[in-house]
Amino acid sequence: MTYLLLIIGAVLVNNVVLTQFLGICPFLGVSKRLETSFGMAAAVLFVMTLATLVTSLLQYILVSWNITFLQTITFILVIASLVQMVEIVMKKIAPPLYQALGIFLPLITTNCAVLGVAILSTQKFSSVLESVVYAAATALGFGLALVLFSGLREQSELYDIPKPMRGAPLALITAGLLSLAFMGFSGLVR
Amino acid sequence: MNRYWKEFSKGLIHNNPVFVILLGMCPTLATTTNALNGFSMGLATMAVLVGSNLTISLIRKLIPDTIRIPAFIVVIATFVTTIQRVMEAWAPPAINESLGIFIPLIVVNCIILGRAEAFASKNTPLLSVLDGLGMGLGFTFALTLLGSLREILGNGTLFGFRFLPTDFSMLTFILAPGGFLVLGLIIAVLQKLNSKKDTGVSA
Repeated sequence: MTYLLLIIGAVLVNNVVLTQFLGICPFLGVSKRLETSFGMAAAVLFVMTLATLVTSLLQYILVSWNITFLQTITFILVIASLVQMVEIVMKKIAPPLYQALGIFLPLITTNCAVLGVAILSTQKFSSVLESVVYAAATALGFGLALVLFSGLREQSELYDIPKPMRGAPLALITAGLLSLAFMGFSGLVR
Repeated sequence: MNRYWKEFSKGLIHNNPVFVILLGMCPTLATTTNALNGFSMGLATMAVLVGSNLTISLIRKLIPDTIRIPAFIVVIATFVTTIQRVMEAWAPPAINESLGIFIPLIVVNCIILGRAEAFASKNTPLLSVLDGLGMGLGFTFALTLLGSLREILGNGTLFGFRFLPTDFSMLTFILAPGGFLVLGLIIAVLQKLNSKKDTGVSA
């Protein structure tokens, strides 16, 4: 039950993009086509879960040696090298998967949602399992927001929009409306 | 002299990292719930940007090309950790509280890695510092403007000084949707102004 609430909270109530403002760059960058946004969502789910698993184990070492101030620098290095390693392994073992997710992997290193979730989960949870469930649920929330948003953007390209509003302004205002809709979930889980 | 002024001033308006290049969106939207938060976030980012630009420019000939990105990230992460420690020690607790996780997340701010890769790794230390100062000031300006507008609309105050009655405040502008809406409208206004200028020149 706790885990169910945790998942609902991370996917809908505290949606990572629309209420916490993490991972805006890929959210705006790869949301022009529905297909690419599915690919990005899958890649983020994979990397975020794996990275949080590794960093929450690493946190034990940082705490036991009393060097938690090195959290930022160790986490970003671990995530960056993990992404590189995943890319190499995936290319060798699962070429179809690499074809689908490959181009998104290097982009994820500078996705602040991955580092953000790794740091947040060390502040919120003490057990590794909780952290990993939280990371997977957050990634699902990211995917949900991304897919909804790219659906809206594909539609809005067909309309005749005032010239100054084209491009970034329209995308941001669409995101604002989507975020307003997600505010309706607040209070669902405390 | 002209060259130095050009590198400094390009980030302020013309190539503003937020309004024109659309980089560093996460801190831009998340920390601008009021003018002071936006301003502090801008200054913290500028400090990291100037420090990392200077360091990377000094060691640019020592870094092998193949591992330059990890090397840049280590330099940036070092400055971020320093700023984090400095702010924990001296900044007002309220600011630390509200900026929260976005201080360590300066490390993945695309502006900083972007300037390291595009500018500091190819130019002299003095030019790189000026570039960092210009871009940093442009970022601070953008965040302060966005924070001011959101604070005025959402709370009726500016930098904590009230000049609109409480009845006027629209809380939505301080919450998440307001960030997207206000930034979208600012960029729309800028695009409108730019398009006018362009047609004026060609006509």
